[in-house]
Amino acid sequence: MSFSRLPWALWRAQILALLRLEVKKSFWTRRGAWIYLLAFAPAVLYAAHSFIELKNGGRGDLGEDTHIFATVFQFFFLRLAIFFGCVGIFVNLFRGEVLDKSLHYYFLAPLRREVLVVGKFLSGLLAASVIFCSSTLLQFIALYCYFSSNTIQNYLFHGHGLQHLAAYLGVTLLACVGYGSVFLAAGLLFRNPLIVTVIILLWEAVNGFLPALLQKVSVIFYLKSLCPVAIPESISSERGNILSLIAVNPTPATPATAILGLLVLCAAVLALSTRQVRRLQIDYGRE
Amino acid sequence: MNDQRIIFEDVSKFYGEVLGVNRVNLSIPPGITSLVGPNGSGKTTLMNLMTGLVRPSSGRITVLGMSTDEPERLFRKVGYCTQFDSFPKGLTGYQFVYSYLRLFGHPHPVADQLATQAIERVNLGEAAHRQIAGYSKGMRQRIKLAQAMCHQPSALVLDEPLNGLDPLIRAETIALFRSLAQEGLHVIISSHVLHEVDTLSDQVVLLSNGYVVAEGQIHGVREEIHEHPMQILIRCNKPSELASRAFCEDYMVEARILPDGQGVLAKTRDADRFYLLLNRLAQSGIEIESVAPADDDVLSVYEYLIGEEAPTK
Repeated sequence: MSFSRLPWALWRAQILALLRLEVKKSFWTRRGAWIYLLAFAPAVLYAAHSFIELKNGGRGDLGEDTHIFATVFQFFFLRLAIFFGCVGIFVNLFRGEVLDKSLHYYFLAPLRREVLVVGKFLSGLLAASVIFCSSTLLQFIALYCYFSSNTIQNYLFHGHGLQHLAAYLGVTLLACVGYGSVFLAAGLLFRNPLIVTVIILLWEAVNGFLPALLQKVSVIFYLKSLCPVAIPESISSERGNILSLIAVNPTPATPATAILGLLVLCAAVLALSTRQVRRLQIDYGRE
Repeated sequence: MNDQRIIFEDVSKFYGEVLGVNRVNLSIPPGITSLVGPNGSGKTTLMNLMTGLVRPSSGRITVLGMSTDEPERLFRKVGYCTQFDSFPKGLTGYQFVYSYLRLFGHPHPVADQLATQAIERVNLGEAAHRQIAGYSKGMRQRIKLAQAMCHQPSALVLDEPLNGLDPLIRAETIALFRSLAQEGLHVIISSHVLHEVDTLSDQVVLLSNGYVVAEGQIHGVREEIHEHPMQILIRCNKPSELASRAFCEDYMVEARILPDGQGVLAKTRDADRFYLLLNRLAQSGIEIESVAPADDDVLSVYEYLIGEEAPTK
């Protein structure tokens, strides 16, 4: 069957039906309150920081705050908050249904397994991107809100403020795409996703020290390349501490390569997931 | 012809080292077919195999001419009510059926109409907009049944569908199965309640420890069991004379007068010749009120074939 004769309209309708069923579950996963805590913790800290600065007269340093944002974004938000948030959301897309013994309802519908994987992935992506992109936006507002309106306007419209914000939102979205696909696959391939989560966490942490080819088999490599503000020298090189080891990115990719590379990685992982779902059998007794 | 049947060709299924079913060959025609056997005999495995929820370790299955590896085609023609008593969370009965229909790609008006029809057909109309979490066991069973048949399939596979139903609903549900079978559907039912299966089925598949031990119409299966004489109950006005005349024949094993003195329980190795004898006896002046086989029900057949205690009667 040629590409144009494939039943795209049917698949679109089926994916929309899947999204209607799945989105609510993805926004509120099994015992998933911690995802929201993790996502919005930096915004709360920035709000507290702004409150203290305001009490002290509001004479903060915009440049310093920009570096603080970049550091927290790379060290905490990308590597921990989004990483573990995606574990919570995407691992449960299939794994949670198996534990609830309700996956067979999808398998009893006239639904290609590929469509099921795409529909579930999109529902997780929608939830993760709304949660984490809104957090990124809130963090940005919370960190800079104590500056005077002139300073903020200058930074946003005459400096790099809006550019940085757009880049951070884009990186957040791509992080959800990348980690989402990886953890959807992990939930399908492994009965205990905890172990594989730790392995992926370590793999991502040592990414900067891997051979160039292996670096590309990771999500963080592409995300680091797209971050708009470099980590301050004082952290990334001088001290030689553990943070500097993580932050190093000796051969960053160009933005186009990074975006394309991440999307290719995501497509490859989703293809692997589809293959696994096609082979999946319903045998709740073994779980 | 094969497009009208559910066919198992030398199908085996192993769960690791554990046998699910072994070397099953079946060709199931339209009508009501019951899979009968105790727990662990392989009924659910057969149903999961014919709906593609599990894959055979060896052999081939086709359902109405379709492979079970193509859910996108198969489940437009097949509905399966599983034994799993679990549901997607937070849905009402209506939403459960409606959302399933939306997965077919049906637009809202069609899905709404089909869902409402199916829910009415299982008599759950009043509870349709209540959360499934608040349903009784019988209501959960019926909403699963509504979901399995809402898309008007050609084959309906039902794993213990009468479990948890009260007697009234049970009778209504059996009537529903009969009407579906009369419409030309394949209705495959698993059960361990033998007397229900006996009255319900056009054909039975008897299973034991993963093997098909017999299949076909229950009376036909019974006639093939030569080592157990057929038992026939005769109500007549002269039981002693009938018993003595019958006992002269070499194919008779036993002729016992019933405790109430109104008939005879005969055991014979050749039912056809015995029926001819009864015709002659009737012509010779013995008034025969009724003749009925006494042991060609599923329970007796099951006990004869498997040689162990039969499933729940």
